[in-house]
Amino acid sequence: MKRARIAFNGAVYEAVVEESGLLKLSNGRVVKEEEVTWLPPVEPRTIFALGLNYAEHAQELSFSAPKEPLIFFKGRNTLIGHRGETPRPSDAAFMHYECELVVVIGKMARKVKAEEAYEYVQGYTIANDYAIRDYLENYYRPNFRVKNRDGCTPIGPWLVDKEDIDDPMNLTLRTYVNGKLVQEGNTKDMIFNIPALIEYLSSFMTLNAGDMILTGTPKGAVNVNVGDEVVTEIESIGRLMNKIV
Amino acid sequence: MMSEAWWKRVAKAVFKIAGISYMMESEVDPERNTVIVDGKEYSANQLQWEAPVSGAIYGVLLNYKGEWEQFREQMTKPPYHHPPNAPILYMKPSNTVNVHGGCIPLPDDVSELQVGAALGVVIGQTATKVAKERAFDYISGYTIVNDVTIPHETIYRPAVKERARDGFTPVGPWVVEKKDVDDPDLLDIRVFVNDRLVQHNNTKHLMRSVASLLADITEFMTLYPGDVLLVGVPERAPLVKAGDYVRIEIEKIGRLENTVVHEKDWIKETGSHETRAHSV
Repeated sequence: MKRARIAFNGAVYEAVVEESGLLKLSNGRVVKEEEVTWLPPVEPRTIFALGLNYAEHAQELSFSAPKEPLIFFKGRNTLIGHRGETPRPSDAAFMHYECELVVVIGKMARKVKAEEAYEYVQGYTIANDYAIRDYLENYYRPNFRVKNRDGCTPIGPWLVDKEDIDDPMNLTLRTYVNGKLVQEGNTKDMIFNIPALIEYLSSFMTLNAGDMILTGTPKGAVNVNVGDEVVTEIESIGRLMNKIV
Repeated sequence: MMSEAWWKRVAKAVFKIAGISYMMESEVDPERNTVIVDGKEYSANQLQWEAPVSGAIYGVLLNYKGEWEQFREQMTKPPYHHPPNAPILYMKPSNTVNVHGGCIPLPDDVSELQVGAALGVVIGQTATKVAKERAFDYISGYTIVNDVTIPHETIYRPAVKERARDGFTPVGPWVVEKKDVDDPDLLDIRVFVNDRLVQHNNTKHLMRSVASLLADITEFMTLYPGDVLLVGVPERAPLVKAGDYVRIEIEKIGRLENTVVHEKDWIKETGSHETRAHSV
């Protein structure tokens, strides 16, 4: 099932996305996609993100693949929903999208082994983890000014239950800017896959329901400009649309 | 008890007692570390606390002049190359939050932890692109945070494994209201380990003042009510091991006390009234 959080007529609803593409709200009403305001599909708790988790993307940025997952945190200020607008700082020369598979944790996970990791997953969604490379500094890199900006992490449109995804480690990711394909990859090329990440994180800290892991992006980072429409798409999950303002 | 001197030093604070469903607001005596509720005075160590904040907790690295000086030579060398421009931020996620009187778990794979004696600035209203001159409008009060870390040399990559362990962020016992702290950039900070003074510093040595930090951070990221900004950890942070009892005192705010225990004993010790009563 595809589960969304939306605002409609002055209230926030949980909604289920039907085969037709229509949204069935928790009160039974059926509405169209364009009639609602899309919110991030999960109210976030701890947000983990991965850097350099695809070998070719690491190469593209002149890094060798890390031996241990490169983890950083994000605050809830960064998240915006499907069809949202992301501000491009006026002084930035290089702002790029990052299409990422997001794993949402379903229950408390502590010292979980990779073989059991999927038991702790609730579902999946899509994030576009924009980076403003102009602000990169070599301290706790990637630093917050690059990666934790207001509204710079579109997420959604919805959460897909894990039962609906046969193999999350074999999904095609694509990014389109103004309809043109600019980034393509497959989750099978992750350096640290989902079970490995859950095992790693839960080995030294406790994960909880609502935590999410943005699992990194494949190669193909290109600058975007004001007015661009950016669509990040993951096979079997959906298409997340965002506009640069 | 109700002498004039006493009334001068009491402050208004908000806090949460375990088992009571709401945040309480009452007078506290930061020097004696007591709280006065319904005319009765209780030692902080008599009560079971919950964390007095519920938002995100952000820390700032290299924000004490002494800490900056210690690192200055390395800043021009690889992998850093240049001194930092923006505040170096990190996050202490919600699994790390701990309480006054709580036990800090020492992970099996390390022998010592670093005590991070931090003033916590508590946000009172949503803060985006705040001007430095208006920064105090966005603060509700101040608390004490022990920003516990596994000691680490390099600061090139985010120190998640070193900073984000369960129980690594004791906060409390309370949040003293802003109006009762005249100048957060002039507060003495003392750390005691097993009752011995091991660190003494003052927030007057901050690189970026409280107001500057709020301005520079909210320029690109919003802080929400209940979020906490740690203004930094003074240089030469003390190390502690299992069995040590740590007390952080911040002038005009109070004392935050915790005991370090082996990770394997954490749940047992944390759940035990006897240990808690004994340790503080």
